[in-house]
Amino acid sequence: MNRIEKTFQLLNNNGSKAFVPYIMAGDGGLDSLVERLQLLEKFGASAIEVGVPFSDPVADGPTIQQAGIRALNNGTTLKGIVAKLAEARESINIPIILMTYLNPIYAYGIASFVHDIQNAGVDGCIIPDMPLEEEDIIAPKLEAAGIELIRLVTLTTPIERIKQIATKGNGFLYTVTVKGITGVRNEFDGDIHAYLQAVKEVSPIPVLAGFGISNQEQMLDLTKNCDGVVVGSRIVDLFAKNNLAEMEQLMSIFKQKSNIV
Amino acid sequence: MTAYTLPNDTGHFGKFGGRFVPETLMKAITELTDAYEAAKLDPEFTSEIERLSKEYVGRETPLYFAENLTKYAGGANIYLKREDLNHTGAHKINNAIGQALLALRMGKRKIVAETGAGQHGVATATVCALLNLDCIIFMGEEDIKRQALNVFRMELLGAKVVSVTSGSATLKDAVNEALRYWVANVEDTHYLLGSVSGPHPFPMIVRDFQSVIGKETKEQFLERNESLPDAVVACIGGGSNAMGMFYPFIEEEEVELYGVEAAGQGVDTPFHAASLTKGKPGVLHGALMFVLQNEDGQIQEAHSISAGLDYPGVGPEHSYLKEIERAHYHSITDKEALDAFQLLTKLEGIIPALESSHAVAFAVKLAAELGPSKNIVVCLSGRGDKDVDAVRARLRGGNN
Ligand SMILES: Cc1ncc(COP(=O)(O)O)c(C=O)c1O
Repeated sequence: MNRIEKTFQLLNNNGSKAFVPYIMAGDGGLDSLVERLQLLEKFGASAIEVGVPFSDPVADGPTIQQAGIRALNNGTTLKGIVAKLAEARESINIPIILMTYLNPIYAYGIASFVHDIQNAGVDGCIIPDMPLEEEDIIAPKLEAAGIELIRLVTLTTPIERIKQIATKGNGFLYTVTVKGITGVRNEFDGDIHAYLQAVKEVSPIPVLAGFGISNQEQMLDLTKNCDGVVVGSRIVDLFAKNNLAEMEQLMSIFKQKSNIV
Repeated sequence: MTAYTLPNDTGHFGKFGGRFVPETLMKAITELTDAYEAAKLDPEFTSEIERLSKEYVGRETPLYFAENLTKYAGGANIYLKREDLNHTGAHKINNAIGQALLALRMGKRKIVAETGAGQHGVATATVCALLNLDCIIFMGEEDIKRQALNVFRMELLGAKVVSVTSGSATLKDAVNEALRYWVANVEDTHYLLGSVSGPHPFPMIVRDFQSVIGKETKEQFLERNESLPDAVVACIGGGSNAMGMFYPFIEEEEVELYGVEAAGQGVDTPFHAASLTKGKPGVLHGALMFVLQNEDGQIQEAHSISAGLDYPGVGPEHSYLKEIERAHYHSITDKEALDAFQLLTKLEGIIPALESSHAVAFAVKLAAELGPSKNIVVCLSGRGDKDVDAVRARLRGGNN
């Protein structure tokens, strides 16, 4: 069984919700990546999304854009990241999911990319600029390598299409909770719960909410109707400010409180 | 050549094109595809475009035999398709009118667009004024400096111009911001993309609306010479004026198609915008196409004296036409373009846009190469009023 599947089975058995932090690889230097992953595991992350910096991140807001620019200015490359992840695998037990725009993969060579991340022990891939219609370019290769392609659905995805995407069934379904790009939001649309319920209803795989989620109340509120949250900009920001105490608190309180629900 | 029917249903030209967009946009681009397919067959829609093209834009534009330039070049006859005479001064309005009418059909009264030189922004703002649509234009900070007059023009027309400071602060970054804005406002907003780039259906829609250029050229040339030209030439930024010129000639194999990219300071320096000449296939702004990028797949900044050609990608259909070798792609440096700018002005009394000057410069070389009794049509995509300041600064600066 794939590590992602195992993780969700365990969470499910314990009645727990997933907390999946996103970090930008190479922000703060690629040498700090392994340490940061270890820290997140220690703080209770269920899995980690590792972002690959890209020059033109159209799905991202200012926080992640800036982190990406810092990482690129550090000389971070996808090859370098994959090598670091192989190193991280020796000490990290939770799933590692690579989030990258398609072009860095395309330039790497799709077959060598899949081969190398499989060897590095990467468990899943999220490609935000590759909808269902274009995924044949890589999906069969990922599947053959046992790497989960994590697919996204959004507030504008019609329910029939959500069903179609969810039943492709890999890892978990990434449910985008805002109409827009990544970045901290103060509030969500009024109909967010109805949306999450509808997604839950048609999805045979766990449903995680992501984009814009930054504080405790939002996380606890959203996980009433889904299996966990992905937290990106807030984590990136806390790493940039080196505020690890707040990060630990954010994650541990969520763990405690979401468990009781 | 067998009948040319691309793109296919999934928006691909061979391996190029496609819809590489965030899921949030899939619904909007699917709706746009459906709306366009229906509109295309609706005589009310097509006749409204024809009416506005004639009465508002001033079509058809002349096909002008440039006798002085021909003599100067000393070879093939050079004709100019005068898109510079369109209302707002460039071919961009052909597409803006079509897409704005399409937005109205879809019930969208808000328009977002990107602009490089400002010509597409001006065309979009103009059509929005005409049709009473809300208009927001993203423009790179660098381009805002280079094209100050066009910024003021857009504002006069009632558009909101937003300065983009991320990345290289030019057209590529303006497209990123426009896409982000569209992702957040997709339900009531149409993205009026300005070139044959971006996700399907944009490369197809923009080509179709621009193909009036090639259609008229073909008819005008036939009427005058009872034959087809030997070659057509157009400059390439994203590639819309070129696709508009090429498309009606694709199946006419005796007509050679030449696209001219910006070589900036030279294609062997890091400062150029020659995506087809020096780029590699990659995914940017929703499409698989030739892109200037480094080994790690990071997109590189493009450089050209002309803001409208300063883009590191090129439409997927051009990428395909290059691959099947139906069209030829060459490049012209900043210096050659500046020379052609002055040459056409002095010889013909026509001040061309710096973008179009690239096509003129190449045509002069090609004419000499083809020799007399051959015929070349150059798409003069826009007029140079917007560039006069920049050219003056450059010539006075002496680093011409
Ligand atoms: C006059 C003119 N020609 C050409 C272009 C380049 O665009 P395209 O390659 O899409 O025709 C521009 C873009 O701003 C322009 O203003």
